[in-house]
Amino acid sequence: MATYPWAAGYVDDGDRPKIVTARFEHEDSYTITRYHATEGYAGLKAALTRTPGEVHDEVRGATVLGRGGAGFPAGTKWGLMPPEKYPRYLVVNGDESEPGTYKDRLLMERDPHQLIEGCLIAAYAAGLSQVFLYIRGEMPLAHERVATALNEAYAAGYVGKNILGTDFSVDIILHWGAGAYVVGEETALIESLEGKRGEPRLKPPYFPAAIGLYGQPTIVNNVETLSNLPWLLRNGVAAYTAIGTETSPGTRMVAVSGHVARPGVFEIVNGTTTFRDLLFGDEFCQGIRDGNSLKAFVPGGGSAPWFTPEQLDVPFEGRVAGAAGSMLGSGAVMVMDDTTDIPTAALTLTRFYAHESCGQCTPCREGGTWLMRVLERVVEGQGTRADLDQLLEIGESICPGKFPHAANSALGLEATPFPYKMTTICFVGPSAYAPVHSALTHFRDEFEARVADTPARRQIPVTAVH
Amino acid sequence: MSRLNEANTILAKEIIARYPKARSATIPLLHLSQQQNGYVTEEAMAHVAELVGATPAEVQGTATFYEMFKFRPVGKYLVNICGTMSCQLMGSEALLHHAEEVLGVKPGGTTADGMFTLEHAECQAACTEAPNMQVNYRHCHRMTNEAFDQLIADLREGKRDADIPAHGTLARIRQQIPAEKAVGPVSPDDPARPVWTPAPEVK
Amino acid sequence: MSDEINVTVNGVPHVARKGQLVIEAAADAGEYIPRFCYHERMSSVGKCRMCLVECDTGRGPAVTVSCMATVAPDMKIDTQSPTVKRMQEGVLELLLANHPLDCPVCDKGGECPLQDQAFSHGPGESRFVEEKRHFEKPIPISDLVFLDRERCILCDRCTRFADEVAGDPLIHFTSRGNSTHIATFPDEPFASYFSGNTVQICPVGALTAKPYRFKARPWDLQQEESTCTTCSVGCRVVVQSSRDEVLRYMGVDSEPVNHGWLCDRGRFSFEATKSAERVLQPLVREGDALAPAAWNVALAEAARLIGEAKAAAGAGSIAVLGGARGTNEDAFAWARLAHEVIGTTNVYAQMGDGLPVGLLGLDRATIDDAANAATVVLLSPDIKEELPVLYLRLRAAAEQRRTKIIELTPKRTGMTPYAWRHVGYQPGTQVAAVDGLLADADVAAQLATGPVVVVAGRANLAESTATTVQALRRLLDAVPGATVLPAFRRGNVVGALQVGMRPGKGGLDTRGTLQAAADGKIECLVLVGSDPLADFPDHSLATRALAGARRIIAVDTFLSASAAKADVVLAASAFAEKAGTHTNLEGRVTSLARKVTPAGVNRADWMIAAELALELGSDLGYGTVEDITADIAAKVDGYAAATPAAIAADSDGVLTAVPGAIDPMNHVEAVIGERNAYDFRLVVSRVLYDQAEGTAHSPSLAHLARGSAVHLHPLDLDRVTSTAGARVKVSTASASVVFTAVADDSVLRGTAWVPFNQPGPNVGELIDCFAAVTDVRIENV
Ligand SMILES: Cc1cc2nc3c(=O)[nH]c(=O)nc-3n(C[C@H](O)[C@H](O)[C@H](O)COP(=O)(O)O)c2cc1C
Ligand code: SF4
Ligand code: FES
Repeated sequence: MATYPWAAGYVDDGDRPKIVTARFEHEDSYTITRYHATEGYAGLKAALTRTPGEVHDEVRGATVLGRGGAGFPAGTKWGLMPPEKYPRYLVVNGDESEPGTYKDRLLMERDPHQLIEGCLIAAYAAGLSQVFLYIRGEMPLAHERVATALNEAYAAGYVGKNILGTDFSVDIILHWGAGAYVVGEETALIESLEGKRGEPRLKPPYFPAAIGLYGQPTIVNNVETLSNLPWLLRNGVAAYTAIGTETSPGTRMVAVSGHVARPGVFEIVNGTTTFRDLLFGDEFCQGIRDGNSLKAFVPGGGSAPWFTPEQLDVPFEGRVAGAAGSMLGSGAVMVMDDTTDIPTAALTLTRFYAHESCGQCTPCREGGTWLMRVLERVVEGQGTRADLDQLLEIGESICPGKFPHAANSALGLEATPFPYKMTTICFVGPSAYAPVHSALTHFRDEFEARVADTPARRQIPVTAVH
Repeated sequence: MSRLNEANTILAKEIIARYPKARSATIPLLHLSQQQNGYVTEEAMAHVAELVGATPAEVQGTATFYEMFKFRPVGKYLVNICGTMSCQLMGSEALLHHAEEVLGVKPGGTTADGMFTLEHAECQAACTEAPNMQVNYRHCHRMTNEAFDQLIADLREGKRDADIPAHGTLARIRQQIPAEKAVGPVSPDDPARPVWTPAPEVK
Repeated sequence: MSDEINVTVNGVPHVARKGQLVIEAAADAGEYIPRFCYHERMSSVGKCRMCLVECDTGRGPAVTVSCMATVAPDMKIDTQSPTVKRMQEGVLELLLANHPLDCPVCDKGGECPLQDQAFSHGPGESRFVEEKRHFEKPIPISDLVFLDRERCILCDRCTRFADEVAGDPLIHFTSRGNSTHIATFPDEPFASYFSGNTVQICPVGALTAKPYRFKARPWDLQQEESTCTTCSVGCRVVVQSSRDEVLRYMGVDSEPVNHGWLCDRGRFSFEATKSAERVLQPLVREGDALAPAAWNVALAEAARLIGEAKAAAGAGSIAVLGGARGTNEDAFAWARLAHEVIGTTNVYAQMGDGLPVGLLGLDRATIDDAANAATVVLLSPDIKEELPVLYLRLRAAAEQRRTKIIELTPKRTGMTPYAWRHVGYQPGTQVAAVDGLLADADVAAQLATGPVVVVAGRANLAESTATTVQALRRLLDAVPGATVLPAFRRGNVVGALQVGMRPGKGGLDTRGTLQAAADGKIECLVLVGSDPLADFPDHSLATRALAGARRIIAVDTFLSASAAKADVVLAASAFAEKAGTHTNLEGRVTSLARKVTPAGVNRADWMIAAELALELGSDLGYGTVEDITADIAAKVDGYAAATPAAIAADSDGVLTAVPGAIDPMNHVEAVIGERNAYDFRLVVSRVLYDQAEGTAHSPSLAHLARGSAVHLHPLDLDRVTSTAGARVKVSTASASVVFTAVADDSVLRGTAWVPFNQPGPNVGELIDCFAAVTDVRIENV
């Protein structure tokens, strides 16, 4: 087992295949020298010996699932662009801000050339004329590492005009954000890159593959997704699909945080690894801290409905997690042990999404804040029983109908599978509700213990004018 | 002097030239102005508007959407304590209270000497290393009260100047695109198929 | 037809159009889906979420944003399912959560979509007990509009309008999430010529118009549909009044004309109607003063003056100027009075500030023709300043890439940013500019791609019309099939000219009349709602003419500078005080409504003409306005279809035919002298806010006139003076005027631009209406 001071959080333990984190063991993994010494740019060279169509087929054949949250296969996504419509752009989603998620920053800080090579392979295969690498603003180190790598790559002839002497030419433009979670949503990312407020666009009609940046076909891919491509091109489809399962091949990076004995970022085998492996396995988190017991966990980023110990055997396989009442999202697991104050934990997440609402659509702007306010009251002991029902009713205005949740045999509940209906433009609104709904579904008693039967006299403070 | 100065205006034009549409440079240019002045001034927004061909109201609309842009002076060091779930589970509330006591300000406040502005922040993509904080967006992992005190002392004494520049400066390394290697921006109005992409076979 | 798509709306089969939005298809099927952000004339944004419905295209009912989703074959649209009801109640409850519910003191109360839909689709109660969002109560965002951010529901209508329709994105969403609000940039107000539209489309009382705030409740208002006569676009409006006082105009969505929009000058000039400065009864000169008189006295006196003049020097010594401010009926009655009863041929509705009447004889285009043409050539003044809603229509055509605009103007205009080609020419060189343009291969190719419309008008009042006419001819000869949209500016000038307010055989036009008057050859000058002292470009000639005319009779609503010199003033009723019809620049005849009782004892111009005819011993034979409308249809060339019934039947009015009786404009030779020491060539043109009667007497608009100043290209200004805002002397060979100098890069080098009819020094002093161009010298003083 190893951890590396230069890659805080990354845990390299056990004998698993490594696709994207193989170089993390080297302190200088971000330099072009180390990259060259470790098969760097061999994937690009391999790609350039084939036609773009062949490279695209390879990515399609490997079923490289999107690692940004939605899990949509990259090769298929590229194929959704209207034929013969140019120019097409690639926007790299390096805005990583989903609560619990910690992997793209590591990939950008530790292996920027791998990402650049991935961008080049994508641009070559899908006929993308210009690449924008959008890095979250609050990650200056990632920015510096990627900027340095790009400067090196331009100098070495990997990026820019006539790459490696071929007629393949593409610029990669480093762009950075300025702090807004919602910009991670792909259409908001595009708006932001156009210099506007990062407000998600309504889909349809604005599927970026058809109408994206400047109204042109645009591929938005996550940093980790693209970082898979050099390995794939070097080792081929068979090697890639030999790892994981048929529907979830390869590996994926997962960050496990919260009350585990050894929190960390792991590159795990897709499809087969279960949450039990991850939380309790020796090569992973080694159980709950201080010998406590597991109360609940968020399986796929702050937006995901919660799982309880009953779902520990769910594997990292999208369909299975969906049927069990949640999602895998962005590879972020947050673990709560039995000391956790559930209402406060739920409030923390709801506050996050309320704060990060872009504000353009009514249910999210008003509903998210309202949920937060009521929850705050409840947590402070100022709430009433009626408030608990009201939380669910406000949630219904955001997500009418059944909201997904996990099975709970103690409560006699069966799982309600993904997805849900929503009245909002994007998933931020429902995300504000997800923790409230999960917490109230599984731990209502903790809320009831906090509230009075009759309404407390509430102070309505007078606050300053904006 | 809160419009972009001459050197930054030249840099701004270089940045603009990378994008198919000038307005895309809005955020990078606002960062540049914040680097110059420590915060985003009205004059800077008006100047950015001029440079990217938008109205000042539009640039203001964009700027105010994003957390990192400040419209009033902040301390030399912006201390952001993460309060999102992983950090909250690992005790960030206590860290925040400690910080409030040490600095003598509430979140949003700036110390009287203009050194520190304290903020409650959202997830910083370091969740396994909770509780986290950032100083001028440089990560500080697994914080304890003691580590916090040490950090503040070091900052006061200028011991971290090498890795933590004053507020406003993000990356100290910029992308350089050598003119002879640059493809140049590809306009959305240019419908040409990339040369390396073969025409689809006619069936 | 392949365009038809079968859907069901709440189970009932309905045939929708391909590409139609679900919200529109449902409306066609009789189901009104509630909405806030959706507006037919702007792009859909789907932000408010009020219009959510369920649509099933075979995969089960899906939550659908009906203002963004288009119909699909066999789609089952459900606007009433329990889920839909739940969503509607939810959205309304959430919208009201932070809404101040100050309806009792809100202008919008009673006509508020939020209020109405809360009743019809809301949950009936609010459970929101938290503290609401607070903002400082209404803040001015411009001279005319206030914003109350607490009431705002962030529907993006005003901001979308400012950006998409007006092209003035000066208001914008600011901040994020629950603190999002609408804001202007500090010190940069929403100074759009079209700001009032945002008040009309705001679905709550967040935006209010200064002239209407706290004036009335909607249920006290009565309204009539009418036509705005501020310029010759002729936007459709409703005139709303309470207790016999006009309080507000609202734009009506007329498909061929204004799409619901109005400019602020038009929208707020209603204030002039109720101005305390109106003339309220006839006046007759007694020595140096004008004294009130009874109608019979004043009319008898006017008739006496006309008779006297005729006796002294014949009917040819009488001239009638005006008619453009009134209705077609006013103009027709006055034309008949002048031509038939008085017997003079010296009649003209233009004030020497437009192109010759022959423009109306050319093959005419409609506004729609222009907005759908492949190419529009603007050989015209700045239409944003003079014909604002036409600007909106053409700007939209250019922005939506339907139309390429080629602009030939002596300075950059509001349209220049949207023009495909802009050619700036020095006054007098229009012909060369056209030739140069036609020689450009790209332009020639563009002109051959489809319909071409030329918008033609007078771009410079300090220049004769000859060169423009010549250039227009050149253009029309070179582009066969091109049609012309006449950019005449003044309210009903096209109507007045067409129904007869133009010179008869051998008659004098305005310039000729004024020259004759200055020469002492006019015994009686009749001003029918015209004010040569303010409007005729050559101020010196106008002054001499009014001094030289032996007698003056003025028909006016205000005591204008010219009317103040009259011997008899006949008090006229104003817009909204009289019914009738109006002809816009494309020849469209629409109705004007009488909404309030005329001020004082004032009478409509036509009535005054009829009574004066009686005094003069003739009966025009009119008892009512309709009599005249019918008579116009019967007698006036091109107006046969414009019968009272036809006009009343269609809010969009009746399009008249191009009159054969007006000779199309012919080639004229213009001779332009060499430049000499007078090294700046003068350009004088109008801007939206000036000292026109309706504007100057509308308190909300009066102070918006920018003031007189000479504008020079910054490099030229550097040559003249080093201090910004300096006073400079602008001189011709015969006159000089001192102005403030302003740097303005919309002005061509070598030219000097002065806005016309502004408070401050009068640029008219420099204009000689007989000169081909006006060259001036500019010196620092
Ligand atoms: C509210 C929201 C936030 C998101 N944030 C991120 C993010 O920070 N990073 C990311 O890669 N994808 C994020 N996504 C997912 C993107 O919309 C998009 O699906 C993804 O970038 C596509 O890349 P992939 O196909 O490679 O996964 C977010 C989605 C939503 C709805
Ligand atoms: S001010 Fe009115 S129109 Fe504008 S966003 Fe607010 S509610 Fe909508
Ligand atoms: S009317 Fe459709 S979302 Fe507002």
